[in-house]
Amino acid sequence: MSTKVEFNYSKLFKQAVIDSFKKLHPRDEIKNLVMFVVWLGSIWTTVFLFLPGQFNLFNVQICFWLWFTCLFANFAEAMAEGRGKAHADELRKMRTKTSARKLVNGREVQVNSNELKIGELFVCQAGEIVAADGEIVEGIATVDESAITGESAPVIRESGGDRSAVTGGTRVLSDRIVVRVTAEAGNSFLDRMIEMIEGARRQKTPNEIALNIVLVSLTALFIVVVFVLPPYAHYNENAAGQKGVVLTSIPVLLSLIVCLIPTTIGGLLSAIGIAGIDRLMRRNVLATSGRAVEAAGDVDVLLLDKTGTITLGNRQATEFVPAPGVKLEELADAAQLASLADETPEGRSIAVLAKEKYGLRGREVADPHATPVAFTAQTRMSGMDFGDGNGKVKRRVRKGAAESVRNWVLEQGGRIDKAVFEKVDEISKLGGTPLVVADGPRILGTIYLKDIVKGGIKERFAQLRKMGVKTVMITGDNQLTAAAIAAEAGVDDFIAQAKPEDKLARIRKEQEGGKLIAMIGDGTNDAPALAQADVGVAMNTGTQAAREAGNMVDLDSNPTKLIEVVEIGKQLLMTRGALTTFSIANDVSKYFAILPAMFGVLYATSAGGRGPLDKLNIMYLHSPQSAILSAVIFNALIIVALIPLALRGVKYQPLGAAVILRKNMLIYGVGGILVPFLFIKLLDLLLVATHLAP
Amino acid sequence: MKWNEIVQIVLFFGLGIALTPPVGRFMARVFKGEKTFLHPVLHPIEKIIYRLSGVDPDEEMTWLSYFWAVLLFATVGFAADMAIFMTQQWLPLNPQKLPNCSWHLAFMQAWSFTCNADWQSYTGETVMSYFSQIFAIMVHQFLSGASGLAVLVAVARALKRASIKTVGNFWTDLTRGLLYFVIPLSALWAIPLMWQGVPQTWKPYQTASLMEPYTTQVQKTDDKGNNVTTNIQLVVSSPKLGADGKPEMTNGVAVMVDVPQVDAKGVPIMTNMPVMVDAKVETQSIPVGPVASFESIKQLFTNGGGWYNVNSAHPFENPTPFTNFWEMLAIIVVPMAQVYMFGLLVGNKKHAWCLFNVMLALYALSFVVAWYCETRPNPVMAGAVPNMEGKEQRIGVMNSVLWATSCTAIDNGSVNSMHDSYQPLAGMMPLWNILIGEMLFGGIGCGMYCMLFHVLITVFIAGLMIGRTPEYLGKKLDAWCATWAVCGVLIPNAVALLPTAIALMLPATIGLSSLGNQGPHGFTEILYCFGEAANNNGSAFAGLNANTPFYNIAAGIVIWIGRFAPIISALAIVGRLASKKTVEPSAGTLPTHGWTFGLTLTGVIIIVAALTFFPALCLGPIVEHGLMTAARTF
Repeated sequence: MSTKVEFNYSKLFKQAVIDSFKKLHPRDEIKNLVMFVVWLGSIWTTVFLFLPGQFNLFNVQICFWLWFTCLFANFAEAMAEGRGKAHADELRKMRTKTSARKLVNGREVQVNSNELKIGELFVCQAGEIVAADGEIVEGIATVDESAITGESAPVIRESGGDRSAVTGGTRVLSDRIVVRVTAEAGNSFLDRMIEMIEGARRQKTPNEIALNIVLVSLTALFIVVVFVLPPYAHYNENAAGQKGVVLTSIPVLLSLIVCLIPTTIGGLLSAIGIAGIDRLMRRNVLATSGRAVEAAGDVDVLLLDKTGTITLGNRQATEFVPAPGVKLEELADAAQLASLADETPEGRSIAVLAKEKYGLRGREVADPHATPVAFTAQTRMSGMDFGDGNGKVKRRVRKGAAESVRNWVLEQGGRIDKAVFEKVDEISKLGGTPLVVADGPRILGTIYLKDIVKGGIKERFAQLRKMGVKTVMITGDNQLTAAAIAAEAGVDDFIAQAKPEDKLARIRKEQEGGKLIAMIGDGTNDAPALAQADVGVAMNTGTQAAREAGNMVDLDSNPTKLIEVVEIGKQLLMTRGALTTFSIANDVSKYFAILPAMFGVLYATSAGGRGPLDKLNIMYLHSPQSAILSAVIFNALIIVALIPLALRGVKYQPLGAAVILRKNMLIYGVGGILVPFLFIKLLDLLLVATHLAP
Repeated sequence: MKWNEIVQIVLFFGLGIALTPPVGRFMARVFKGEKTFLHPVLHPIEKIIYRLSGVDPDEEMTWLSYFWAVLLFATVGFAADMAIFMTQQWLPLNPQKLPNCSWHLAFMQAWSFTCNADWQSYTGETVMSYFSQIFAIMVHQFLSGASGLAVLVAVARALKRASIKTVGNFWTDLTRGLLYFVIPLSALWAIPLMWQGVPQTWKPYQTASLMEPYTTQVQKTDDKGNNVTTNIQLVVSSPKLGADGKPEMTNGVAVMVDVPQVDAKGVPIMTNMPVMVDAKVETQSIPVGPVASFESIKQLFTNGGGWYNVNSAHPFENPTPFTNFWEMLAIIVVPMAQVYMFGLLVGNKKHAWCLFNVMLALYALSFVVAWYCETRPNPVMAGAVPNMEGKEQRIGVMNSVLWATSCTAIDNGSVNSMHDSYQPLAGMMPLWNILIGEMLFGGIGCGMYCMLFHVLITVFIAGLMIGRTPEYLGKKLDAWCATWAVCGVLIPNAVALLPTAIALMLPATIGLSSLGNQGPHGFTEILYCFGEAANNNGSAFAGLNANTPFYNIAAGIVIWIGRFAPIISALAIVGRLASKKTVEPSAGTLPTHGWTFGLTLTGVIIIVAALTFFPALCLGPIVEHGLMTAARTF
């Protein structure tokens, strides 16, 4: 699944070639009705060859290229499947049986990993493979998950919280953990991954089914169109007094059918679908079904957690605002002192700001009498006490929430400066978090802590808006803060002071209006919302509950991935639409090749002359045979030529719907009409030069 | 191109477009059940109708029961019509003592009129009694138009709905359409026609003595009334070939010679020729009847079935330049307005105008091409310009071609000239309009929902191209919608192509003996016949004698399929869409208006029709055009 897994491309290619022959089995061919028609046509022309007088160079070539049309389509599918199969094989290797140290009444018992049942406990130590999926109930460990995620850096897993899940098959690098089994062998995350990779391609997605109906109906129509031609033509032959001059032999009629029916898209349809899932996989996202990928392209609303997705994980100090009459340096110094022992990211950012902006060097607290005061929920302050060496405190520096510091200063008989608290309100209004710094009874000023919006995220949201996707930010912050960050990040809407149920309610509300919702989540609390969302991306670091509720898993656990998922979904649909348009547009040129070839001699005034319909031969193709062959060969080769496009997908740009349509119509519609004229002509020249056709 | 022709064209299209919003708005009000200025008079009647028929006007139907109601209504009408045609001899209002119709003619005509096709394989004034013309034909010109309109109303209404399983009430839609719109408008439109001299009488046909009695040749009949024929060698007029094998020309015209035909073995090809005898003609029978009222409903509601055989080329149906203009305007006014009404009912006027423009562009294009082709010199006709064969002097080329393209773009089917006599490519344009599905405004109701299928196919392909599940008017399209949309397009196409092939494969005495012409033109006649039957047009290419058991039965069946396949498809689609939620459009949804969508839709319409019919057209009008320029005839 990852960039780490190396593929042997020549082996993939070889396997695909073998598979494309295997797929000629009627059991496989019947799954794709458009190609099934080509397959039947190939058989028919083959049988036809052995009728008396039919074994000639032209008929043999037609037969040959019809078979190749089938093979090329099979090859496209096999190529697309190949990569997924290789992934699955890699994963299967990891599923080897290991032994596990099961805990029974506090004692360790050696068992086979596949004998572990749900709810049982086992122990895993540094260097061992985790025997089964589970939740850590005790301990903390670094785990190498590179086998699944491809990420070589180890990750930390610990009991409690949202990072408690471990996956069977991964390796513990340090420490010891006790794990409770959450999935038995055969139903593990790894098994599900293999199933996803292999199984996703089996069921057709709703759009694929609908497109298939359109393609099959077109095929039926073209069969009618072609099979009414012999009577139409014979009538004209009679009128012209030229019996048997119109080419209506079975190979010619079948060639015309194969050229007209949408073989290009028909042959590449399943490859496109598989490739879409594969593209997700290469971005380390696993989808449970093709349906989920398709739904991603339709998403109308993205629900995004503020922290980690829109903003960098934590608030950072950006400014010191001294109280009137206090020097900036003094405030910075006190703020740094109050934060030295504060290991939270906010605390560290204060120290860093003091150092970088005001040149205060980070210092070790040399004073042996300095005692750090940790933050508690009661005091809502932290800081440092300096003793005089006799157990008495001579100086106390604090930073904390405005209200708490104010009370603390008042208790010590200090004075409150209005200006400071005006600033505090101002910062709050701007969406920041104000911390007030006090040195004993003196208030020194305010630290401006700010949520830092990720770089480039605003542009991403603007792109999404152009694509018609609304973004909704979810945050536990109060209304004011949330509004400020929402404005800065450019999201369309936000839910402040959100509780887990709010997410679910919002999803339900949007779905009522027929909208499709995507969200990304990791915690157990997120599970119901993930299950309710149309596209629920669970992070791999998340809890087991979350991973099971979503229909996609992001192995990188990167919340911004949701945007890429949407793009891949859109790309998948676009590729289908583009190739359908291309396929149908191609037919125009094929008519101009084949119809004059069939009817060109009708009503000719002299033997060997050409009739009025020969004027349709606007490409000046050399002979009826070369014209028909060129069209059939083009039709077969275009499938191969478009395999890379099918696998890679049509280029996606975040633009408005009408602009994208205009662009793609120009490329695949107008281009689809014009391109084959050129290539059919070239093929015709080539066939004549090589004497393969008169 | 004369200035007065330009003025007429501008006036025609201008008035049509100008009338679209007010008429469309009125129609929307009627079908929404809102109050109109006609309510004080007609509302009590509407209530009485509901009470008498036991219909609850507010009862809702699912799409399927709506379809059954439409089908039941047409089937009852069919049975009644067939009975009238087959018993008209014994029924009142038959001053001409016309005999009963044959069962196959009755079968085909009954479907033809109840399906709004109004294709006539008989000669109106010599086959149908007043009773049949009024109670079987004219009644259905009202009813079939109104029921087509009702289906469109249900379609539009359902598209506007969300999370509702029903589409409306057929009987209510039918009653309201008839009462407030179809009948009043027809009455209004008939008045100027009567003023211009179109007959409106119940008197029998008038007999007049000829000023100049003349002698003519008629086919000899034996005692039993059968035609007498004689077997002679077939002679074909062909261009005389010079020594170089090329046709000899004098003044740019090929010299024609009679060539006795022999087969490959040199044996003369024999053919049956009628034996002709002289007959003196001293009097003339002048068929009359309540023509004016018939005319207005025929023109307004895309019926097109004429009182007389030659339809609006007849001086009693269409006596003056003004009636010609008035009747042409009648062809377009309601079909144009229905697009606007659709826009109002679905709540998306921009979309409706986009469809309107696409229809108008394709319609105008077909007219311009046909007009251009028809004014080119024809080498076979001694380079005659203008080509007046099959046209009325008082109507002229431009008005003939404009009528021909109008009545085929719009599913009307009336004619004021004979399309069969057009030059090949000019004659191809009416055929093209028919084959693309008659939706350039199209028939009452059916034109719009045939357009809907193409719109859905466009939305489907274009929707995928922008990377979203296709949506139409806020509803997501699924496999069900795709299935029915392609059915709606493909079934009429298939039933145009297949019976044509069957007619050609049958023994020549069944399929080909009806042909008025040989060669590619004969093929075009058959294709036109089944094309217009499959699309319920009813215009005749003429030339083909369709009053034979094979053509009557085949056309009757094709008309039936061509009527009800699109209706069930449209209702099935909207039935599904009505039950879905509506999604507000966003920047990511495909706009169903604007020139990008319009052009894409135009492309889809042309490509679908061209891919289906190009081979057939090649073997008909296109090859005929090539032969005509080489001065070859058959």
